Amino acid sequence: MDLISIALGGLAAGMVLFIVSVGLSVTMGLMGFVNLAHGGFAMLGGYVIVHTMKAWGLPFFAALAIGFAAIAALSVLLERLLYARLYRASELDQVLFTIGLVFVMIASITLGFGPETQTVVLPEWLRGQTDLGFIKYRTYSLAIIAAGTLLMVALWLGFERTRIGAKIRAAVDNRRMAESLGVDVGRLFTLTFALGGGLAAVGAGLGAEILGLDPQYPLRYLVYFLIVVAVGGMGRVTGVFFAAALIGIADFVLKIHFPKGGTMFIYALTLVLLLWRPQGLFGRRAG
Amino acid sequence: MSAPELGLAAARALADRHRVKWWEALPWLAGIAVFFLLPSYLAFSTQLVIVILFALSLDLVMGYAGIVTLGHAAFFGAGAYTVGMLAAHAGWNEPLSGLVAAAVVAGAIGLASGYVLLRTQGLTLLMLTLCTMALLEESANMGHEYTGSFDGMPGLQFLPILGLFPFDLLYYRSQYVYALVVLFVCFVVVRMLVYSPFGQSLTGIRENVLRMHAVGAPVRARLVIVYAISAAIAGVAGALFTQANAYVNLATLGLDRAAGVLIILILGGYGRLYGAFVGAIAYMVLEHALAKAYPTTWQLGVGLMLIAVALYARNGILGIADALRQRVRAWSGR
Repeated sequence: MDLISIALGGLAAGMVLFIVSVGLSVTMGLMGFVNLAHGGFAMLGGYVIVHTMKAWGLPFFAALAIGFAAIAALSVLLERLLYARLYRASELDQVLFTIGLVFVMIASITLGFGPETQTVVLPEWLRGQTDLGFIKYRTYSLAIIAAGTLLMVALWLGFERTRIGAKIRAAVDNRRMAESLGVDVGRLFTLTFALGGGLAAVGAGLGAEILGLDPQYPLRYLVYFLIVVAVGGMGRVTGVFFAAALIGIADFVLKIHFPKGGTMFIYALTLVLLLWRPQGLFGRRAG
Repeated sequence: MSAPELGLAAARALADRHRVKWWEALPWLAGIAVFFLLPSYLAFSTQLVIVILFALSLDLVMGYAGIVTLGHAAFFGAGAYTVGMLAAHAGWNEPLSGLVAAAVVAGAIGLASGYVLLRTQGLTLLMLTLCTMALLEESANMGHEYTGSFDGMPGLQFLPILGLFPFDLLYYRSQYVYALVVLFVCFVVVRMLVYSPFGQSLTGIRENVLRMHAVGAPVRARLVIVYAISAAIAGVAGALFTQANAYVNLATLGLDRAAGVLIILILGGYGRLYGAFVGAIAYMVLEHALAKAYPTTWQLGVGLMLIAVALYARNGILGIADALRQRVRAWSGR
């Protein structure tokens, strides 16, 4: 294993982190809502994707689309019915609620599908290796890197070049001012919450090869999602992208070179980065 | 009541609230009753008492000073490992002085990390406390010769408490009484602290930090000090854990423990001393009962309880009690 292939592996893991966490970053930036259940939405989506493929024999991409739609719909439902009641509550009540929700999700999945790890059957053309000229590498990892990069570009265009994107940016920077100017932040939140949930579902489905997929998924990776959001800066799409790539590569490289240190380096890196820039690498100071 | 009378009543309530009320004896009477009435549950009750003490230490920083932390198990684990390593490597098996050593080590770590971290807030502070704890956990994992890595240190030996009461690992009789007495002493300290001028200034910082700066309160110094005190108490809880169970392992330092105590405190009600008691009892008894009856899906019941409390109660179970009391008072006053 030379350095480039290790970096590519880390980058692929980072892209999965990006796809799952980007929604969390935007919703936390918009409402300041501490949604610890975000990984739960991702896990439910992963199960939808795996089981529509198994039960109905759907192709991979159709299953991803169904997973996106199902979790986006579920997100809207839960947001309107439950989350909306807690916007004005203290962040500690929000923590209690979202942890409770994670527990319910974990228990329901365990009841329905058992505690085993689920596997995704990839289509033929995504298996095997691709020759990049200077290196041969797993096709699937390269595809994930491409998908993550494309998504980043699409979200960046959406945020920087559309009216809704401008409203979201305005609301993240100063919610009260945006509301005074007539932006319906509540509706924006529902929209981004649905989009974020759907993307998390796709991320869990795409990343099942790399991160695995089982009922403990939401709690096992919660810290990683939070690290990516905190380091990237809340509500910053490009920030989350670079933070996820950085954390993914650093985690991969350091784990391979220092297997004894385990995950220590990621925490040390996060500690140093956040002490250096408390708002995240790309975040702006409030006010 | 007329307006001046109401004002007077409010002033009296404010002046009297540090006085001990009759119902404050109830938890301790219940604690003593458990010893005589439920002898087969003393092992479980000992763990419960330790968790209450740990949650009480968290209440001091989170409920009173408003510092939201996801890394408080760092101090629990520091205390637990201090006692364990002293007993295993230095032959320091005397339990009471072990508690003091644990408090000193955990308090020192709290002072140092608080000094560095408490300039941030919100998500950043949450992540920084979590990372500090994870670094301690990984150090304990790597220092195999001293900490036993993943397996921890089983089979530790401790001298009898005060030279009179040996630890018994079968029935936990002496451990239970020992833990209950330590909890009582720490509770008295915390209670005095929160009703002192120092405690009042902490509440002020929680409610409106800008105003506290404006009146010239040394905000950061106060926060660092209370963080260190809380860390020391969490260290005592961790030390009790090691001594009572005669082992220590990585779980004392983990995210599960830190998140668990956070949930327990919010569930019971933070910023009110007894929330730690109510939350720990509600959570641990429910978890214990459900895990016995439904080993795979106990999380469903616990999760539903957490959601219900978050949606329908403001500030935990004791918040429900407050709302009920107000309703009764309004009804009887009419």
